[in-house]
Amino acid sequence: MFISKVVLGIDTVKELLTGSRLALSRTITAIENEYEEASAIMRELYPHTGHAFVLGITGPPGAGKSTLTDKLAREYRKMGKTVGIIAVDPTSPFSGGAILGDRIRMNGLTLDKGVFIRSMGTRGSLGGLSHKTADAVKALDAFGKDIIFVETVGVGQSEVDIVKAADTTMVVLIPGMGDDIQAIKAGILEIGDVFAINKADHEGADKLQAELNMMLDLDGSMLEWRPPIQKVIANQGEGINELIALIDKHYTHIKETGLLVRRRHERIRTELLELLKSSIGSYITKNIVDSGRLDNYLSDIELRKNDPYTIVRELLNELLKK
Amino acid sequence: MMEKHIRVLVAKPGLDGHDRGAKVVARALRDAGFEVIYTGLRQTPEQIAEAALQEDVDVVAMSILSGAHPHLFPKVVELVRANGMKDTLIIGGGVIPEGDIPALKKAGIAEVFTPGTPTGDIVEFIKTHVKK
Repeated sequence: MFISKVVLGIDTVKELLTGSRLALSRTITAIENEYEEASAIMRELYPHTGHAFVLGITGPPGAGKSTLTDKLAREYRKMGKTVGIIAVDPTSPFSGGAILGDRIRMNGLTLDKGVFIRSMGTRGSLGGLSHKTADAVKALDAFGKDIIFVETVGVGQSEVDIVKAADTTMVVLIPGMGDDIQAIKAGILEIGDVFAINKADHEGADKLQAELNMMLDLDGSMLEWRPPIQKVIANQGEGINELIALIDKHYTHIKETGLLVRRRHERIRTELLELLKSSIGSYITKNIVDSGRLDNYLSDIELRKNDPYTIVRELLNELLKK
Repeated sequence: MMEKHIRVLVAKPGLDGHDRGAKVVARALRDAGFEVIYTGLRQTPEQIAEAALQEDVDVVAMSILSGAHPHLFPKVVELVRANGMKDTLIIGGGVIPEGDIPALKKAGIAEVFTPGTPTGDIVEFIKTHVKK
Protein backbone atom coordinates (compact mmCIF):
# COMPACT_ATOMS: atom_id res chain seq x y z
CA MET A 1 0.00 0.00 0.00
CA PHE A 2 1.33 3.42 -0.88
CA ILE A 3 1.41 6.44 1.32
CA SER A 4 -0.22 9.38 -0.34
CA LYS A 5 1.46 12.71 -0.89
CA VAL A 6 -0.79 14.42 1.58
CA VAL A 7 -2.47 12.76 4.50
CA LEU A 8 -6.06 12.40 3.44
CA GLY A 9 -8.80 11.98 5.94
CA ILE A 10 -12.03 13.27 7.28
CA ASP A 11 -10.83 16.83 6.71
CA THR A 12 -10.37 16.07 3.04
CA VAL A 13 -13.96 14.94 2.80
CA LYS A 14 -15.18 18.05 4.64
CA GLU A 15 -13.13 20.26 2.35
CA LEU A 16 -14.43 18.47 -0.71
CA LEU A 17 -18.02 18.87 0.44
CA THR A 18 -17.48 22.58 1.04
CA GLY A 19 -16.08 23.17 -2.42
CA SER A 20 -12.30 22.67 -2.29
CA ARG A 21 -11.16 21.69 -5.77
CA LEU A 22 -7.81 20.56 -4.40
CA ALA A 23 -9.54 18.20 -1.97
CA LEU A 24 -11.65 16.84 -4.84
CA SER A 25 -8.57 16.36 -6.96
CA ARG A 26 -6.61 14.62 -4.21
CA THR A 27 -9.62 12.42 -3.47
CA ILE A 28 -9.77 11.23 -7.07
CA THR A 29 -6.03 10.45 -6.88
CA ALA A 30 -6.60 8.40 -3.73
CA ILE A 31 -9.41 6.52 -5.48
CA GLU A 32 -7.37 5.94 -8.62
CA ASN A 33 -4.25 4.75 -6.81
CA GLU A 34 -6.26 2.69 -4.33
CA TYR A 35 -4.70 4.41 -1.36
CA GLU A 36 -5.59 2.91 1.97
CA GLU A 37 -7.73 5.93 2.85
CA ALA A 38 -9.83 5.60 -0.30
CA SER A 39 -12.52 3.30 1.06
CA ALA A 40 -12.97 5.42 4.20
CA ILE A 41 -13.34 8.48 2.00
CA MET A 42 -15.89 6.75 -0.22
CA ARG A 43 -17.90 5.79 2.87
CA GLU A 44 -18.09 9.44 3.88
CA LEU A 45 -18.92 10.63 0.38
CA TYR A 46 -21.53 8.03 -0.44
CA PRO A 47 -24.49 9.67 1.32
CA HIS A 48 -23.85 12.80 -0.75
CA THR A 49 -24.05 11.04 -4.11
CA GLY A 50 -26.94 10.21 -6.42
CA HIS A 51 -27.85 13.74 -7.48
CA ALA A 52 -25.89 14.22 -10.69
CA PHE A 53 -27.01 13.29 -14.18
CA VAL A 54 -24.30 11.10 -15.71
CA LEU A 55 -23.90 11.32 -19.47
CA GLY A 56 -21.66 8.74 -21.14
CA ILE A 57 -19.98 9.63 -24.41
CA THR A 58 -18.45 6.87 -26.48
CA GLY A 59 -17.41 6.19 -30.05
CA PRO A 60 -14.42 5.33 -32.21
CA PRO A 61 -11.09 7.19 -31.98
CA GLY A 62 -11.18 10.50 -33.79
CA ALA A 63 -14.97 10.71 -33.84
CA GLY A 64 -14.82 14.03 -31.99
CA LYS A 65 -15.86 12.93 -28.51
CA SER A 66 -13.72 15.53 -26.74
CA THR A 67 -14.70 18.36 -29.05
CA LEU A 68 -18.36 17.44 -28.63
CA THR A 69 -17.96 17.19 -24.86
CA ASP A 70 -16.43 20.67 -24.85
CA LYS A 71 -19.32 22.13 -26.85
CA LEU A 72 -22.02 20.38 -24.81
CA ALA A 73 -20.39 21.44 -21.55
CA ARG A 74 -20.41 25.10 -22.67
CA GLU A 75 -24.13 24.91 -23.42
CA TYR A 76 -24.94 23.33 -20.06
CA ARG A 77 -22.87 26.05 -18.38
CA LYS A 78 -24.97 28.68 -20.17
CA MET A 79 -28.02 27.05 -18.58
CA GLY A 80 -26.35 27.50 -15.22
CA LYS A 81 -25.50 23.84 -14.61
CA THR A 82 -22.18 22.89 -13.06
CA VAL A 83 -20.20 20.32 -14.99
CA GLY A 84 -17.75 17.53 -14.19
CA ILE A 85 -15.87 15.78 -16.94
CA ILE A 86 -13.96 12.53 -16.75
CA ALA A 87 -11.99 11.82 -19.89
CA VAL A 88 -10.44 8.40 -20.25
CA ASP A 89 -7.54 7.65 -22.59
CA PRO A 90 -5.66 4.39 -23.08
CA THR A 91 -2.76 3.27 -20.90
CA SER A 92 0.05 1.55 -22.78
CA PRO A 93 0.01 -2.16 -22.03
CA PHE A 94 3.77 -2.15 -22.62
CA SER A 95 5.10 0.72 -20.50
CA GLY A 96 2.12 1.44 -18.24
CA GLY A 97 2.42 5.04 -19.38
CA ALA A 98 -0.21 7.12 -21.13
CA ILE A 99 -0.71 10.32 -23.04
CA LEU A 100 -3.94 11.83 -21.82
CA GLY A 101 -4.78 14.39 -24.46
CA ASP A 102 -8.48 15.10 -24.13
CA ARG A 103 -7.91 18.44 -22.41
CA ILE A 104 -6.46 19.84 -25.65
CA ARG A 105 -10.01 20.18 -26.97
CA MET A 106 -11.32 21.63 -23.72
CA ASN A 107 -8.84 24.39 -22.91
CA GLY A 108 -11.59 26.97 -23.07
CA LEU A 109 -13.25 25.35 -20.04
CA THR A 110 -10.18 25.21 -17.80
CA LEU A 111 -10.67 28.56 -16.11
CA ASP A 112 -14.42 28.20 -15.62
CA LYS A 113 -14.76 27.44 -11.91
CA GLY A 114 -18.05 25.66 -12.62
CA VAL A 115 -16.23 22.97 -14.59
CA PHE A 116 -13.86 20.31 -13.29
CA ILE A 117 -12.05 18.11 -15.80
CA ARG A 118 -10.09 15.02 -14.85
CA SER A 119 -8.14 12.77 -17.23
CA MET A 120 -7.75 9.10 -16.41
CA GLY A 121 -5.71 6.30 -17.99
CA THR A 122 -7.40 2.93 -18.47
CA ARG A 123 -4.63 1.24 -16.42
CA GLY A 124 -5.28 -2.24 -17.73
CA SER A 125 -9.06 -2.09 -17.92
CA LEU A 126 -10.41 -3.19 -21.30
CA GLY A 127 -13.99 -1.96 -21.34
CA GLY A 128 -13.33 1.62 -22.43
CA LEU A 129 -13.18 3.05 -18.90
CA SER A 130 -10.79 2.58 -15.98
CA HIS A 131 -11.74 0.39 -13.03
CA LYS A 132 -12.01 3.50 -10.87
CA THR A 133 -14.07 5.71 -13.18
CA ALA A 134 -17.33 5.00 -11.36
CA ASP A 135 -15.84 6.05 -8.00
CA ALA A 136 -14.35 9.19 -9.54
CA VAL A 137 -17.86 10.01 -10.81
CA LYS A 138 -19.14 9.66 -7.23
CA ALA A 139 -16.53 12.13 -6.01
CA LEU A 140 -17.68 14.71 -8.60
CA ASP A 141 -21.29 13.95 -7.70
CA ALA A 142 -20.67 14.51 -3.99
CA PHE A 143 -18.79 17.70 -4.87
CA GLY A 144 -22.12 18.91 -6.26
CA LYS A 145 -21.75 18.77 -10.02
CA ASP A 146 -25.14 18.84 -11.76
CA ILE A 147 -24.03 16.94 -14.83
CA ILE A 148 -21.07 14.63 -15.22
CA PHE A 149 -19.71 13.70 -18.63
CA VAL A 150 -17.82 10.44 -18.87
CA GLU A 151 -15.86 10.25 -22.10
CA THR A 152 -14.55 6.77 -22.88
CA VAL A 153 -11.40 5.89 -24.75
CA GLY A 154 -11.85 5.64 -28.49
CA VAL A 155 -13.66 2.33 -28.71
CA GLY A 156 -13.91 -0.36 -31.34
CA GLN A 157 -16.93 -2.60 -31.28
CA SER A 158 -17.30 -4.21 -27.92
CA GLU A 159 -16.16 -1.82 -25.18
CA VAL A 160 -19.48 -1.20 -23.52
CA ASP A 161 -18.66 -0.60 -19.84
CA ILE A 162 -19.98 2.94 -20.19
CA VAL A 163 -23.60 1.73 -19.99
CA LYS A 164 -22.89 0.53 -16.45
CA ALA A 165 -21.62 3.96 -15.42
CA ALA A 166 -23.99 6.33 -17.24
CA ASP A 167 -27.65 7.32 -17.00
CA THR A 168 -27.75 8.24 -20.67
CA THR A 169 -25.26 6.93 -23.22
CA MET A 170 -24.45 8.87 -26.34
CA VAL A 171 -22.64 7.13 -29.20
CA VAL A 172 -20.69 9.41 -31.53
CA LEU A 173 -20.09 8.16 -35.05
CA ILE A 174 -18.51 9.62 -38.16
CA PRO A 175 -19.07 8.88 -41.83
CA GLY A 176 -16.70 6.76 -43.85
CA MET A 177 -15.96 3.96 -41.43
CA GLY A 178 -17.48 0.98 -43.19
CA ASP A 179 -20.55 -0.48 -44.82
CA ASP A 180 -23.97 -1.15 -43.35
CA ILE A 181 -22.98 -4.55 -41.97
CA GLN A 182 -20.77 -2.66 -39.51
CA ALA A 183 -23.89 -0.97 -38.25
CA ILE A 184 -25.83 -4.15 -37.53
CA LYS A 185 -23.02 -5.88 -35.66
CA ALA A 186 -23.36 -6.32 -31.94
CA GLY A 187 -21.61 -4.01 -29.51
CA ILE A 188 -21.50 -0.27 -29.11
CA LEU A 189 -24.38 0.32 -31.50
CA GLU A 190 -26.64 -1.54 -29.09
CA ILE A 191 -25.89 0.78 -26.20
CA GLY A 192 -26.68 4.19 -27.67
CA ASP A 193 -29.62 6.05 -26.14
CA VAL A 194 -28.81 8.94 -28.43
CA PHE A 195 -26.65 8.89 -31.54
CA ALA A 196 -24.60 11.80 -32.85
CA ILE A 197 -23.22 11.72 -36.36
CA ASN A 198 -20.31 14.12 -36.16
CA LYS A 199 -18.43 15.68 -39.08
CA ALA A 200 -21.80 15.73 -40.81
CA ASP A 201 -20.36 17.96 -43.54
CA HIS A 202 -18.18 15.05 -44.66
CA GLU A 203 -19.23 12.75 -47.47
CA GLY A 204 -21.30 9.79 -46.39
CA ALA A 205 -23.14 11.38 -43.45
CA ASP A 206 -26.57 10.94 -45.02
CA LYS A 207 -25.80 7.35 -45.93
CA LEU A 208 -24.64 6.61 -42.38
CA GLN A 209 -27.81 8.17 -41.01
CA ALA A 210 -29.98 6.06 -43.32
CA GLU A 211 -28.12 2.88 -42.37
CA LEU A 212 -28.35 3.64 -38.68
CA ASN A 213 -32.05 4.36 -38.99
CA MET A 214 -32.57 1.06 -40.71
CA MET A 215 -30.60 -0.80 -38.06
CA LEU A 216 -32.50 0.87 -35.22
CA ASP A 217 -35.88 0.20 -36.87
CA LEU A 218 -35.06 -3.51 -37.03
CA ASP A 219 -34.73 -3.71 -33.29
CA GLY A 220 -38.06 -4.72 -31.79
CA SER A 221 -36.93 -4.00 -28.24
CA MET A 222 -36.96 -0.28 -28.93
CA LEU A 223 -40.68 0.31 -28.72
CA GLU A 224 -40.42 2.45 -25.58
CA TRP A 225 -37.49 4.51 -26.73
CA ARG A 226 -36.27 4.59 -30.28
CA PRO A 227 -32.75 6.17 -30.07
CA PRO A 228 -32.77 9.38 -32.09
CA ILE A 229 -29.96 10.41 -34.40
CA GLN A 230 -28.63 13.95 -34.63
CA LYS A 231 -26.16 15.21 -37.20
CA VAL A 232 -23.62 17.64 -35.79
CA ILE A 233 -20.48 19.48 -36.79
CA ALA A 234 -18.90 19.73 -33.37
CA ASN A 235 -16.00 22.03 -34.17
CA GLN A 236 -18.40 24.57 -35.67
CA GLY A 237 -21.00 24.17 -32.97
CA GLU A 238 -23.68 23.02 -35.42
CA GLY A 239 -26.46 20.77 -34.15
CA ILE A 240 -25.36 21.12 -30.52
CA ASN A 241 -28.60 22.61 -29.21
CA GLU A 242 -30.64 19.99 -31.04
CA LEU A 243 -28.43 17.28 -29.54
CA ILE A 244 -28.93 18.67 -26.05
CA ALA A 245 -32.68 18.65 -26.58
CA LEU A 246 -32.49 14.92 -27.41
CA ILE A 247 -30.28 14.17 -24.39
CA ASP A 248 -32.72 16.02 -22.12
CA LYS A 249 -35.63 14.22 -23.73
CA HIS A 250 -34.00 10.88 -22.99
CA TYR A 251 -33.30 11.87 -19.40
CA THR A 252 -36.92 12.92 -18.96
CA HIS A 253 -38.02 9.63 -20.54
CA ILE A 254 -35.98 7.46 -18.19
CA LYS A 255 -37.13 9.46 -15.19
CA GLU A 256 -40.81 9.24 -16.11
CA THR A 257 -40.82 5.56 -17.05
CA GLY A 258 -38.84 4.43 -14.04
CA LEU A 259 -35.99 3.26 -16.25
CA LEU A 260 -33.56 5.56 -14.43
CA VAL A 261 -34.39 3.93 -11.12
CA ARG A 262 -33.98 0.49 -12.67
CA ARG A 263 -30.66 1.40 -14.28
CA ARG A 264 -29.30 2.81 -11.05
CA HIS A 265 -30.57 -0.19 -9.12
CA GLU A 266 -28.72 -2.48 -11.53
CA ARG A 267 -25.60 -0.31 -11.23
CA ILE A 268 -25.61 -0.55 -7.44
CA ARG A 269 -26.04 -4.31 -7.69
CA THR A 270 -23.11 -4.66 -10.06
CA GLU A 271 -20.92 -2.37 -7.96
CA LEU A 272 -21.71 -4.17 -4.75
CA LEU A 273 -20.93 -7.52 -6.29
CA GLU A 274 -17.69 -6.29 -7.84
CA LEU A 275 -16.59 -4.65 -4.61
CA LEU A 276 -17.27 -7.85 -2.74
CA LYS A 277 -15.34 -9.92 -5.27
CA SER A 278 -12.38 -7.57 -5.34
CA SER A 279 -12.28 -7.43 -1.53
CA ILE A 280 -12.20 -11.20 -1.33
CA GLY A 281 -9.54 -11.14 -4.05
CA SER A 282 -7.43 -8.72 -1.99
CA TYR A 283 -7.84 -10.92 1.06
CA ILE A 284 -6.58 -13.91 -0.90
CA THR A 285 -3.63 -11.95 -2.29
CA LYS A 286 -2.64 -10.69 1.13
CA ASN A 287 -3.16 -13.79 3.25
CA ILE A 288 -2.55 -16.63 0.87
CA VAL A 289 -0.35 -15.40 -2.00
CA ASP A 290 1.91 -12.77 -0.40
CA SER A 291 2.38 -14.84 2.75
CA GLY A 292 3.90 -17.63 0.65
CA ARG A 293 1.23 -20.16 1.64
CA LEU A 294 0.13 -20.65 -1.95
CA ASP A 295 3.62 -21.74 -3.00
CA ASN A 296 3.72 -24.25 -0.16
CA TYR A 297 0.77 -26.11 -1.65
CA LEU A 298 2.25 -26.33 -5.11
CA SER A 299 4.80 -29.09 -4.50
CA ASP A 300 2.16 -31.23 -2.80
CA ILE A 301 -0.06 -30.85 -5.86
CA GLU A 302 2.83 -31.55 -8.24
CA LEU A 303 3.66 -34.74 -6.36
CA ARG A 304 -0.04 -35.65 -6.38
CA LYS A 305 -0.05 -35.79 -2.58
CA ASN A 306 -2.88 -33.30 -2.68
CA ASP A 307 -5.17 -31.75 -5.29
CA PRO A 308 -6.31 -28.18 -6.02
CA TYR A 309 -9.95 -28.95 -5.17
CA THR A 310 -9.25 -30.14 -1.66
CA ILE A 311 -6.97 -27.20 -0.97
CA VAL A 312 -9.51 -24.68 -2.23
CA ARG A 313 -12.20 -26.25 -0.04
CA GLU A 314 -9.95 -26.07 3.00
CA LEU A 315 -8.98 -22.45 2.34
CA LEU A 316 -12.60 -21.46 1.75
CA ASN A 317 -13.66 -23.07 5.01
CA GLU A 318 -10.94 -21.17 6.79
CA LEU A 319 -12.02 -17.89 5.16
CA LEU A 320 -15.67 -18.40 6.03
CA LYS A 321 -14.94 -19.08 9.70
CA LYS A 322 -13.31 -15.66 10.11
CA MET B 1 -1.74 -3.73 -5.81
CA MET B 2 -1.82 -0.77 -8.11
CA GLU B 3 1.50 0.86 -8.74
CA LYS B 4 1.76 4.56 -8.01
CA HIS B 5 1.61 6.32 -11.37
CA ILE B 6 3.61 9.50 -11.70
CA ARG B 7 1.43 12.11 -13.40
CA VAL B 8 3.04 14.86 -15.44
CA LEU B 9 1.39 17.89 -17.02
CA VAL B 10 3.23 18.83 -20.20
CA ALA B 11 2.34 22.38 -21.15
CA LYS B 12 3.36 25.05 -23.61
CA PRO B 13 2.96 28.47 -21.99
CA GLY B 14 3.07 31.59 -24.11
CA LEU B 15 2.58 32.21 -27.76
CA ASP B 16 5.21 30.28 -29.69
CA GLY B 17 3.68 27.60 -31.87
CA HIS B 18 6.41 25.00 -31.71
CA ASP B 19 5.46 21.89 -29.79
CA ARG B 20 7.71 19.29 -31.38
CA GLY B 21 10.05 19.29 -28.39
CA ALA B 22 7.16 19.07 -25.93
CA LYS B 23 5.72 16.14 -27.88
CA VAL B 24 9.07 14.29 -27.94
CA VAL B 25 9.35 14.74 -24.18
CA ALA B 26 5.70 13.70 -23.65
CA ARG B 27 6.30 10.52 -25.60
CA ALA B 28 9.51 9.72 -23.69
CA LEU B 29 7.70 10.22 -20.39
CA ARG B 30 4.90 7.94 -21.55
CA ASP B 31 7.43 5.26 -22.46
CA ALA B 32 8.92 5.63 -18.99
CA GLY B 33 5.53 4.62 -17.59
CA PHE B 34 4.29 8.07 -16.58
CA GLU B 35 0.79 9.39 -17.18
CA VAL B 36 1.26 12.49 -19.29
CA ILE B 37 -1.51 15.06 -19.46
CA TYR B 38 -0.90 17.03 -22.61
CA THR B 39 -2.70 20.35 -22.86
CA GLY B 40 -1.43 21.71 -26.16
CA LEU B 41 -0.23 25.11 -27.30
CA ARG B 42 -0.66 28.66 -26.06
CA GLN B 43 -1.55 28.10 -22.42
CA THR B 44 -1.70 30.93 -19.95
CA PRO B 45 -0.04 30.41 -16.55
CA GLU B 46 -3.53 30.47 -15.02
CA GLN B 47 -4.68 27.62 -17.29
CA ILE B 48 -1.58 25.59 -16.51
CA ALA B 49 -1.96 25.99 -12.75
CA GLU B 50 -5.66 25.12 -12.87
CA ALA B 51 -5.06 22.04 -15.06
CA ALA B 52 -2.31 20.95 -12.65
CA LEU B 53 -4.78 21.27 -9.78
CA GLN B 54 -7.62 19.36 -11.46
CA GLU B 55 -5.28 16.61 -12.63
CA ASP B 56 -3.41 16.45 -9.30
CA VAL B 57 -0.11 16.05 -11.11
CA ASP B 58 3.21 15.28 -9.46
CA VAL B 59 5.12 17.27 -12.06
CA VAL B 60 4.50 20.32 -14.23
CA ALA B 61 6.83 20.31 -17.24
CA MET B 62 6.85 23.41 -19.43
CA SER B 63 8.49 24.17 -22.74
CA ILE B 64 9.12 27.64 -24.11
CA LEU B 65 10.97 28.64 -27.26
CA SER B 66 9.90 32.25 -27.44
CA GLY B 67 12.06 33.82 -24.76
CA ALA B 68 9.13 34.53 -22.45
CA HIS B 69 10.42 32.12 -19.79
CA PRO B 70 11.74 34.76 -17.32
CA HIS B 71 8.17 35.96 -16.86
CA LEU B 72 6.02 32.85 -17.46
CA PHE B 73 7.93 30.13 -15.58
CA PRO B 74 7.98 31.97 -12.21
CA LYS B 75 4.34 32.98 -12.68
CA VAL B 76 3.32 29.32 -13.00
CA VAL B 77 5.31 28.42 -9.87
CA GLU B 78 3.57 31.18 -7.96
CA LEU B 79 0.08 30.13 -9.07
CA VAL B 80 0.64 26.40 -8.50
CA ARG B 81 1.91 27.06 -4.96
CA ALA B 82 -0.97 29.47 -4.30
CA ASN B 83 -3.34 26.59 -5.14
CA GLY B 84 -1.91 24.65 -2.22
CA MET B 85 0.26 22.31 -4.27
CA LYS B 86 3.42 22.62 -2.23
CA ASP B 87 5.26 19.50 -3.40
CA THR B 88 4.57 19.60 -7.12
CA LEU B 89 7.84 19.42 -9.03
CA ILE B 90 8.03 22.18 -11.64
CA ILE B 91 10.55 21.89 -14.44
CA GLY B 92 11.20 23.79 -17.65
CA GLY B 93 12.84 23.35 -20.99
CA GLY B 94 13.31 24.84 -24.41
CA VAL B 95 15.59 27.56 -25.69
CA ILE B 96 16.77 28.98 -22.38
CA PRO B 97 20.07 30.93 -22.21
CA GLU B 98 22.49 29.58 -19.57
CA GLY B 99 22.56 32.96 -17.88
CA ASP B 100 18.81 32.86 -17.17
CA ILE B 101 18.88 29.51 -15.39
CA PRO B 102 20.02 30.60 -11.90
CA ALA B 103 17.19 33.12 -11.65
CA LEU B 104 14.63 30.52 -12.77
CA LYS B 105 15.87 28.05 -10.17
CA LYS B 106 15.69 30.73 -7.53
CA ALA B 107 12.07 31.29 -8.57
CA GLY B 108 11.25 27.64 -7.92
CA ILE B 109 11.92 25.88 -11.22
CA ALA B 110 13.56 22.65 -10.02
CA GLU B 111 15.56 22.08 -13.18
CA VAL B 112 15.93 23.50 -16.68
CA PHE B 113 16.58 21.21 -19.64
CA THR B 114 18.07 22.88 -22.69
CA PRO B 115 18.22 21.57 -26.30
CA GLY B 116 20.31 18.41 -26.65
CA THR B 117 19.36 16.98 -23.25
CA PRO B 118 18.78 13.21 -23.57
CA THR B 119 15.15 12.51 -22.67
CA GLY B 120 16.39 9.82 -20.28
CA ASP B 121 17.92 12.58 -18.13
CA ILE B 122 14.48 14.16 -17.69
CA VAL B 123 12.94 10.79 -16.78
CA GLU B 124 15.66 10.15 -14.20
CA PHE B 125 15.32 13.63 -12.74
CA ILE B 126 11.58 13.16 -12.28
CA LYS B 127 11.93 9.69 -10.76
CA THR B 128 14.52 11.00 -8.30
CA HIS B 129 12.71 14.15 -7.27
CA VAL B 130 9.01 13.33 -7.15
CA LYS B 131 7.96 13.11 -3.52
CA LYS B 132 5.90 10.06 -2.79
